[in-house]
Amino acid sequence: MGSCATATRDLEAAIRAPRLNRQKISQDDVDFRNPVRRCDARPMKPALTRRQTMRVMVIVKATEDSERGFRHTAEEKAMMEAMGRFNDELHKAGIMLHGDGLKPSSQGKRIAFNGPRRTVIDGPFAETRELVAGFWIWEVKDMDEAVAWVKRCPNPMPGPSEIEIRPFYEMADLQPGSDTEDHGKR
Amino acid sequence: MTAGETHRAIEAIFRIERARLIAGLVRIVRNVDLAEELAQDALVIALSEWPRTGVPANPGAWLMTVAKRRAIDAIRRDKMRERKHEEIARELGGAFDGTAEVIEAAMNDDLNDDPGDELLGLIFTACHPVLSADARAVLTLRVIGGLTTEEIARAFLSSEVTIAQRLVRAKKTIGKAGLTFEVPRGADRAARLSSVLEVIYLIFNEGYAATAGDDLVRPSLCLEARRLGRMLAGLMPEDAEVFGLLALMEIQASRLQARIGPDGALVPLTEQNRARWDQLLIRRGLDALARAQALGGDGPYALQAALAACHARVHDWADTDWPHIAALYDRLGAVMPSPIVDLNRAVAHSMAFGPEAGLRLVDEIADAAALRNYAPLPAARGDFLFRAGRRAEARSEFEAAAKLTRNLREAAFLLARADACD
Repeated sequence: MGSCATATRDLEAAIRAPRLNRQKISQDDVDFRNPVRRCDARPMKPALTRRQTMRVMVIVKATEDSERGFRHTAEEKAMMEAMGRFNDELHKAGIMLHGDGLKPSSQGKRIAFNGPRRTVIDGPFAETRELVAGFWIWEVKDMDEAVAWVKRCPNPMPGPSEIEIRPFYEMADLQPGSDTEDHGKR
Repeated sequence: MTAGETHRAIEAIFRIERARLIAGLVRIVRNVDLAEELAQDALVIALSEWPRTGVPANPGAWLMTVAKRRAIDAIRRDKMRERKHEEIARELGGAFDGTAEVIEAAMNDDLNDDPGDELLGLIFTACHPVLSADARAVLTLRVIGGLTTEEIARAFLSSEVTIAQRLVRAKKTIGKAGLTFEVPRGADRAARLSSVLEVIYLIFNEGYAATAGDDLVRPSLCLEARRLGRMLAGLMPEDAEVFGLLALMEIQASRLQARIGPDGALVPLTEQNRARWDQLLIRRGLDALARAQALGGDGPYALQAALAACHARVHDWADTDWPHIAALYDRLGAVMPSPIVDLNRAVAHSMAFGPEAGLRLVDEIADAAALRNYAPLPAARGDFLFRAGRRAEARSEFEAAAKLTRNLREAAFLLARADACD
């Protein structure tokens, strides 16, 4: 089965090649690529970190309002609609991967870890402002772009509230000698 | 915030708005270069004003208004007149009397246009078949993706000068051809759309092929392409192949991390650690595929996405649904005839229905010119023969395949299979 599988894999890649008329990379496109050659062709390390699209989690922090749960008031419905329009914009911009709202922490549980012990703690939890009420996962070009998009977000809560942006670890961050720590800083 | 931070924040807003800005402007000035220049002028003005006034509530509209005002200024200074006089007159239905006020009125009318439609029009123009495939990709990355010439040059392993020249030529070609920057309607539309999809997939593959390379700018093309694909899906929510391509790219991208081994070599699908597949992208891909299929998707992209989905859905290679894959290849061979699809089809049939089925199909295509000296053909044939118990014949096929491949690892693997035939 081994070689058959090899053939399948080769071909899956090769279906693409003829359609796209790739002279330059066609031999790399399939299995016959030689990574050394590419390194030789471009010995320079990438200086541009700005253009590596990054994944961020955008965290909507809870407030007393969100911890009370969704109420079908006109105000909250209007906020939901505004948020829906914002979500449309995110989709159209091509940056949205995922997003959802979370129920209040009264419906959550925490599991505390200490050595071999596992203790289950029922919500609600204190320190409301540190809780998560909702989140998105976006793919953006850099932190500046994420910030610019978050600023466009309609008020997520009736009162003052916060949204936090946290970049994901990417494959490149975990490779030795990667120079991507300044991902978001350009 | 320091002045530098403020500038970067403004530039980030500008990058979000840039493509729409150019799309709106190019409808008026009918010149990609000039539209880019005007957009850039608007950025310069924003950089000088926003630190004082704060960012306006609708920065996109603000930038557009400023850029249009600049366009009028340019007309007043007669910069555009010689070059654009006749074109604008035509655009205004012959009512052009040479005054900026008339142009201004036309520009205000233009505010009623759907900005999504304008953006789509610009995408279709950048991907117009009058341009070469390479020129389309470069222009799309520049005007829609907002990449700089330097970034594009790095991504395409080319020089900045070459890319800059290609951009100039592409823009000139668009001008000469008198393209209208509008979304094609009617009979033209399907062909034009396939050109758009081809460009996005080409950008994706440039990145996909480079994921083991040293330069991280190239792999980011994958993400750029998926972003373009998602953008297009937002603008064309009723088109099956748009979602088919998006699904294909999301699912293929889900394997990006698993397909590179610790030594930097490509890991074949059969041996990938499926726990490393990106489930978020798989889910997005499956959603997009479902959408494509709900829209009747039966085109090359939707079918290729359906094939990729067959693998994405199972956690173990041994659980692969080969009869389904064989049926999809039957269909793909019908809508996108190619000897390589046929060879894939033979492999799928052998997995689903036994080696004899594979042999029958592979013998039908053995003479195809595209498969001459193509190592996977004898490799697949060798595998079918081996499984059918015809060991001696299998051996010579594996040896032939080993001679054809340029990859030492691959050759060693094939020779080991040949030895196993004794």
